[in-house]
Amino acid sequence: MTYDLDFERPLAELEKRIQSLRSKRPEKINTSEIASLEQELSERTAEIYSGLTPWQRVLVARHKNRPYTADYIRFLFNDFFEMRGDRAFGDDHAILTGIASFNGQTVVIIGNQKGRDIKEKQECNFGLAHPEGYRKAQRVMQHAEKFGFPVITFVDTAGAFPGLESEERGISEAIADNLLLMAVLRTPIVSIVIGEGGSGGALGIGVADRTLMMENSVYTVAAPEAAASILWKDSSFAHQAAEAMKITADDLYHLKLIDGIVPEPIGGAHKDPRTAANYVGEALKEEMRYVQAISLDMLLEQRYQKLRSIGAPDSLAALKR
Amino acid sequence: MRDINQADSKFAANGDSLNGGSPEKRREVPPDLFIKCPKCREMLLSRDLTLKVCPRCGHHFRLTAKERISSVLDDPDRFIELDTDIKSSDPLQFVSKSQAYSAKLADIEKSTDLTDTIVTGMGHIEGIPVSLAVMDFRFIGGSMGAATGERITRTFERGIQHQCGAVIFTASGGARMQENLFSLFQMAKTTAALTKLSAAKQPFICVLTDPTTGGVTASFAALGDIILAEPGALVGFAGPLVIEQALHQKLPPDTDTSEFALAHGMIDAVVDRRSLRPTLGRILRLYGG
Ligand SMILES: [Zn+2]
Repeated sequence: MTYDLDFERPLAELEKRIQSLRSKRPEKINTSEIASLEQELSERTAEIYSGLTPWQRVLVARHKNRPYTADYIRFLFNDFFEMRGDRAFGDDHAILTGIASFNGQTVVIIGNQKGRDIKEKQECNFGLAHPEGYRKAQRVMQHAEKFGFPVITFVDTAGAFPGLESEERGISEAIADNLLLMAVLRTPIVSIVIGEGGSGGALGIGVADRTLMMENSVYTVAAPEAAASILWKDSSFAHQAAEAMKITADDLYHLKLIDGIVPEPIGGAHKDPRTAANYVGEALKEEMRYVQAISLDMLLEQRYQKLRSIGAPDSLAALKR
Repeated sequence: MRDINQADSKFAANGDSLNGGSPEKRREVPPDLFIKCPKCREMLLSRDLTLKVCPRCGHHFRLTAKERISSVLDDPDRFIELDTDIKSSDPLQFVSKSQAYSAKLADIEKSTDLTDTIVTGMGHIEGIPVSLAVMDFRFIGGSMGAATGERITRTFERGIQHQCGAVIFTASGGARMQENLFSLFQMAKTTAALTKLSAAKQPFICVLTDPTTGGVTASFAALGDIILAEPGALVGFAGPLVIEQALHQKLPPDTDTSEFALAHGMIDAVVDRRSLRPTLGRILRLYGG
């Protein structure tokens, strides 16, 4: 079944009716009835998806069939070579890194990877990275700087792994080190939130010259459930928290915290991953042109000024005007 | 400042000062009030505590920002507090459970002596000028909002301007959820600002105090040129409560303490509050301060 989210129930019913009409014996199939139902389905899908609430977008952003970093790599890059390991402790599958050709140019790719089936999910620790994941990312960023390769990061994680091993191996330091490095890395960085941008674990690969979000992705300092359980004293108020926190691409673009929004196919990226990837590819090409059109010194100055201005009195006052 | 720093430079660790009552109120409290140490469970006379440290077991009670400033500067009266006009402007116009965040901010400002979770300014430690910032856990759990990040950024910038080191005392539960991405991105902003101080070859000394977790630990606080921590402080990324809830994992009792951080190579030293000022002085002198 393609439509499996709660708010998609009317769509799922239409889909079921279409399926049952299709499953009749060939001579009994009413093609015009099917065509009209399909028309209705696509119209209703467009209608529902054009008015998603922030919480519904959280559900889409977390959808089990949503394309992940590895899918975008497959669709958009040539000759991908995976770079593994932090050269100190281990290889964290929750962060996927490597070099590849994009639009005729070698780039470094860093992305959170959640894992599709149960086995892969376990290998990727559901996208929750350990310190060695961030240190692997740090290693490949330094590699990018050394060879002058631009960096593209795909953000899609609920957060860094909250566990004893993370603390023992310095998860705070690993994330902080990346923030420090990305602030001054002498090569362009473009980041795109493809699903969940969750907290410091997301930002740990997300500081960039240009930050994009996909239409149905979300970016949060804490999961709406966590915010609800603290501020509403009840995690079932997650949809209110999602609303209040301004977590959607649209909200964050208007707050000038991100630089662009990448559209998704009707019904979300998971309905048509290839088309979603095409949109992402087009957006990345444009951003690559933008960041490579100016000198590196200018780019780094712009990057610093952008970071410096976030939440500064002047920029907050400008928002209110 | 002087009135909270008693003549003998001891802080009364009574309930009132722990909750950050006004200095006026504090003077009304009898000096021989009893207080129970949560660690050794002894009933203690508040006047026996030096800098709010238990004389029996060494437990460090939490300090307010003002108490901290009094304890660490040569002359707290000469502390120049800055950035008091940088306050949260509630950029998301956040309301939870019919409580407006802006109203909450106003309440906390009224009930404490604070205008944000961090007090920043210039002072001297053992004769050496420092750009100082002190977090106070009473202000929305020491959480890092946009104003907090701006004040930290200015603390680093003043180090460059005055050619002196930056000293920051952290106490934070992490992010300010009511400011969502404005809060999260302060991790990147403060860290970027630190690169400028480093380029000016001025040291950043970070002192982790109870409790320091979340976004603060995963940004500037993990990046001190020297990192110190007070004994027994909760210091970590997620903290044991979150880990035990998330993973139903039983943790060793010292997980995410200063001593745990020291043992795992995350910090340089655990320093008793009573010797913190001379320790900071010694370090700052080594950088030519
Ligand atoms: Zn005691």
